[in-house]
Formats: sequence, C-alpha cells, structure tokens
Amino acid sequence: MTMKSSTRQIDGVTIVDLSGRITLGEGSVVLRDLVRELLAKGNKKILLNLGDVTYIDSSGIGELVSAFTTVRNGGGELKLLNLTKKVHDLLQITKLYTVFDIKDDETQAIQSFARGA
Amino acid sequence: MRVSYRLDSTLESVNQAEEVAMKTAAKAGFPEDEVHRIAMSVREAAVNAVLHGNAYDPGKKMTVGFETTANSLIITIADEGRGLDETEVPDPLSEENLLKQSGRGIFLIKAFMDEVKFRKLSPGTEITLIKHRGEEAAHKEGTQ
Repeated sequence: MTMKSSTRQIDGVTIVDLSGRITLGEGSVVLRDLVRELLAKGNKKILLNLGDVTYIDSSGIGELVSAFTTVRNGGGELKLLNLTKKVHDLLQITKLYTVFDIKDDETQAIQSFARGA
Repeated sequence: MRVSYRLDSTLESVNQAEEVAMKTAAKAGFPEDEVHRIAMSVREAAVNAVLHGNAYDPGKKMTVGFETTANSLIITIADEGRGLDETEVPDPLSEENLLKQSGRGIFLIKAFMDEVKFRKLSPGTEITLIKHRGEEAAHKEGTQ
C-alpha cells in the first residue's frame, strides 16, 4: 500500500494525516513535496499524524528528518503525532526520538504550537 | 533448503526481496516483530545493492539468497557494483550525522540482525544477514 495523505487546518495548525508506507520510491518523495508545498503556502505549523503509517524504512526516516529541518530552517515548527510502536522503536534506535517533538494527543499537540509563530 | 533469486536493479526487486524475506521468516517460525525486522533488514540491504551498488544499472543484477537451517535464517544479498567499505560508513548516531537525511540503513541492519558480514566480490559486495532461531521459532516452523 503506497502512502496517502490529506491535510486539515485547526487553529492555524496544518495537520497532515498520513497512511500506508513511507519508503524509498513510495511515500518518501510524496512527503518531501507535500512539506515543501505547505511551507511555500505559508503553513509553518505542521503536525504529521503518523497513526496510520504501517511501515517506514531508513529512506522514510530520512524524509522525516529532512521535513523537520526544512520546516525549522523556514522559521516554522514540525511535530509528530500518534506514532505506531514500529515507528516509535525506529526513532528510538536511531536516537531521533529526542530530536522530534512527539505527541500522542491531537488537541494537546495543536495547543503546543507557539501562538503567532 | 536454500533458494536464490537473480533480480534486476530496480525498486520492484527491492519490494520482491522484502516480500520473500517476510514469507521465509514467517515460515521459519519467527515471531511477528522479528519477521518485520528481518524483512526490513533485507529491504535496506537490497536498497543498498540496487541504489548504491548497481546504481540502477540494467546490466547489473542483484542476487538474493535465503537458507533456513536448524539454528538460523541466513540471507545473502550481492550486487555487482564498485564495492562498499563498511568501515567508511559514518556513525548515524553521532551528533554531526544525527540530522542527515541518509546513512541509517546499515546501522538498522546491524541493530535488527544477530550477525552481519560483508564480503568483497569482484565486482561488488555481498552482505550476509543471520538471525538465530530460538527454540520457539524452530518449533513453529511449518505451522504458518
């Protein structure tokens, strides 16, 4: 199953609901283009909902890191929501769990974004 | 039993190697978490072979072999590229590499498998991935 995405706006935060696989040749390019497009449109508070992401490989991890640094360098914030156990374990093994701001409650995640950023 | 596949240097071959790994590991009786880790390790090694080794060259092949023994699942993945020196692969956990986009594949393979060996071919690289079967896995063989 390839990656699918849809976006929602709540209180100035863009929530990207992702599902399927984020892997080389499948979801990774889609994710990259999506984040760049959001930034170009001025969306600087981005919450990636990974709750329905079934699989992620090292290329997918690389794209998450790239999205994080791209948004940060553009003056915005990117956070992760609803990690599955597999994705959670991968981010722990690769020491990225401390790099990302990871949330498991959508309302709290939205509230955690800086006002007016 | 040993089964091997000679595959084109494409992403379809990567997916195929991953699928066979998943089925082989499940058939060998590994629990679901381990099946996922073994299949992911094969995917990472196959991506290295196709992308970094063979550079998608249609004239070069990737060879993937699976062997289930009484004690282990042994998987070999070989490319026909210019060769990989694994000692030169940077540590993805070091501070200067933590936010790099790539370079985590071999690290994940080593984290997930019990033994990982590299062998230089002429031309190319062969990586051997070994996962030992616990008593539970050996007992479950053939029941899945």
